[in-house]
Amino acid sequence: MPRAESSIAIHTENLCRHYRMGDTLIRAVDGISIQVVAGEFVALLGTSGSGKSSLLNLIAGLDRPTSGNVVVQKSDLAKLSREELAKYRLHTVGMVFQSFNLIPSMTLLENVELPLRFAEVDRDKRGGLARQALDRVGLSARLRHRPTELSGGEQQRASLARALINQPQFLLADEPTGNLDSQTGTEIMNFIREFNETLGMTIIMVTHERTLAERYANRMIFLADGKLVGDQSNVVSTNSAQMRGGRL
Amino acid sequence: MKTYDMAELAVRNLRESILRNSLTTVGISVGVASLVAMLSLGIGLQQLAGRRLQKSGLFDTVVVTSRRDLRGFNREQEENGPAPAESPALNESARQQIAQLPNVVEAYPDIRFITELRYEDKPYLTMMAGLPFSAKNNDAFDGMQGSFFSSDTAPEVILQKSFAAQLLGKTPKAGSEEESVTDLAKPLLGKQLTMKYAERTATPATDIAAKKDTSSANSAETNNPGGSAYSVISRETTLKIVGVSDLDPDSMRGQARARVFMPLKLAQNLHVMQPSDLRDTTNMANSTPAYTTVEVHVKSPTQVQAVEDAIKKMGFNTFSIVDATRSLRQFFAVLDLFLGIFGSLALAVASIGIINTLVMAILERRREIGIMKAIGASDGDVKGLFFAEAGVMGIFGGFVGVALGWAIGRVINLGTNVYLKRQHFPPEQIWFVPWWLVLGAIAFAIVVSLLSGLYPASRAARLDPVQALRYE
Repeated sequence: MPRAESSIAIHTENLCRHYRMGDTLIRAVDGISIQVVAGEFVALLGTSGSGKSSLLNLIAGLDRPTSGNVVVQKSDLAKLSREELAKYRLHTVGMVFQSFNLIPSMTLLENVELPLRFAEVDRDKRGGLARQALDRVGLSARLRHRPTELSGGEQQRASLARALINQPQFLLADEPTGNLDSQTGTEIMNFIREFNETLGMTIIMVTHERTLAERYANRMIFLADGKLVGDQSNVVSTNSAQMRGGRL
Repeated sequence: MKTYDMAELAVRNLRESILRNSLTTVGISVGVASLVAMLSLGIGLQQLAGRRLQKSGLFDTVVVTSRRDLRGFNREQEENGPAPAESPALNESARQQIAQLPNVVEAYPDIRFITELRYEDKPYLTMMAGLPFSAKNNDAFDGMQGSFFSSDTAPEVILQKSFAAQLLGKTPKAGSEEESVTDLAKPLLGKQLTMKYAERTATPATDIAAKKDTSSANSAETNNPGGSAYSVISRETTLKIVGVSDLDPDSMRGQARARVFMPLKLAQNLHVMQPSDLRDTTNMANSTPAYTTVEVHVKSPTQVQAVEDAIKKMGFNTFSIVDATRSLRQFFAVLDLFLGIFGSLALAVASIGIINTLVMAILERRREIGIMKAIGASDGDVKGLFFAEAGVMGIFGGFVGVALGWAIGRVINLGTNVYLKRQHFPPEQIWFVPWWLVLGAIAFAIVVSLLSGLYPASRAARLDPVQALRYE
């Protein structure tokens, strides 16, 4: 993909995130510099503990770097206040997690509506928007159900709906199929690809499954011990109809 | 997040762990209830005391004495005012002058004398006092048997219970049950008493010789440098018993208190020789009588001070219960304070309960807080949510607590009245919940809850979302 011609959406420079655990210093992210172009579908690959989730958290604005910069759409996340960072998470990025992270005490509709509450969207508009989002992921029959009453795939679809509700430019997914069987996983991945292709969302997905990355991502970044060890583009079959029916 | 959304979320979060949050709310309620119950009892008692004193006619009364009497109630007044010999006499014209002061309802002389009453041919010696017609509303007549005087000059008397017992030969022995006023009144009401008294009549100087011959053997006479004199004539009159009072209408008088009362106008018209007549020789010649004491009724207790000042300016000594009640009011202020402190202690315990509940909720909802932050909740949103939860518990606790406190007060009131009834006392309202206490207690509960929520809320807001989401 001709990166230089497109606008750079995410840009990290010598990004570090170090933790202190007792006496040992853990370099979760250790001097990573990458550039992500708007509309890319990037897979962050690596073994567990390689720092891929930590890097995702830094891009998501959930964590702050020890040193270096993360610039997303020209704003340096390290320089944002806590309040501004919350606004960034609310409007600019949407997140899905391996463990879905829906709030168990709320119905699906309420879960999906929650970011709209934080965004102070009017009450009468919220219901409609949340319904629309759930409809998009095929859950319009499950509005009043609580997460625990649903299958893993349904929960992940609900969390996708929640991630989309504020129409962010970025979807950050942390092992989105990690807790799902392969068929349901494919279902989820197809939704993510659809968001990438039809909505033009930039996707950054953390995974440890290379096959999954090869099937969907158009760029693969390899991490090990917090360092960048590989960065290659990947040609994906664009026949999504075939993929949708196929198996991983 | 909008306030309404925040409150809505808070309520639904509270509903999620209904048992724990209900118990915490009950804790607040008990705190508020004890505060309300304590304070309403304090206020009720204060009002009861105030009402009793007010109804007794003591709060709005100024007692006026002449400086010539040399028996002022207040040492300070004697030192600061004019010398006794130069001060005015407390006579009828002074009384009228006082009665015309602004805010004075009435000013009447205190007439009391020791007299002999005959009942069924047996003599009884007692103190008799004149009662103004306005005393009808005095609370001392609350439990009276019979009726008040039919007019201000009717030859009627009201007996105090103990004198009635004496007339019937039923002097209560120590330790035995007191006779009820109903039993005492039955045989006495409508009966006649014969009163023997000494009438004082002014005598012109020229008539002295003539008087000497005509007056009875008991009469006394005095020469006067001014050329006038008065005579004292022994007389008798019959009086009808119209009432027997349970309480003592004259309770503030101490040693000099009367046990038989007649209408004041009647007492004045009889011109009974009074102890002061002997003392105040300079006035003896005048037909206007001089009084030892004039009682002044003021429109309301708040005007007592002004009236007192005006009378002092006229050169008399004054005394009012307002001075004496200052210490009473101080006592109640201290009582209220202590009751309030005890009530607040319960609320303090309740606030620890709130802190505990919310801190527990943070531990339990770590993940939920992490999720909310990950999807865009700001520190303020999280903080506000926990704050709102504390506030909602405070509001509920406040309302339930006020209701509970009100109920407790009612029960105590009911119990007290059952007890009072057994002791043959009229029922009393010893408990009072004013509006400001209701609103104040609810507001206090909310404020205490919010303060208790401060720490947990800011702790929740500071939670690191990465940490919170890491552990399952």
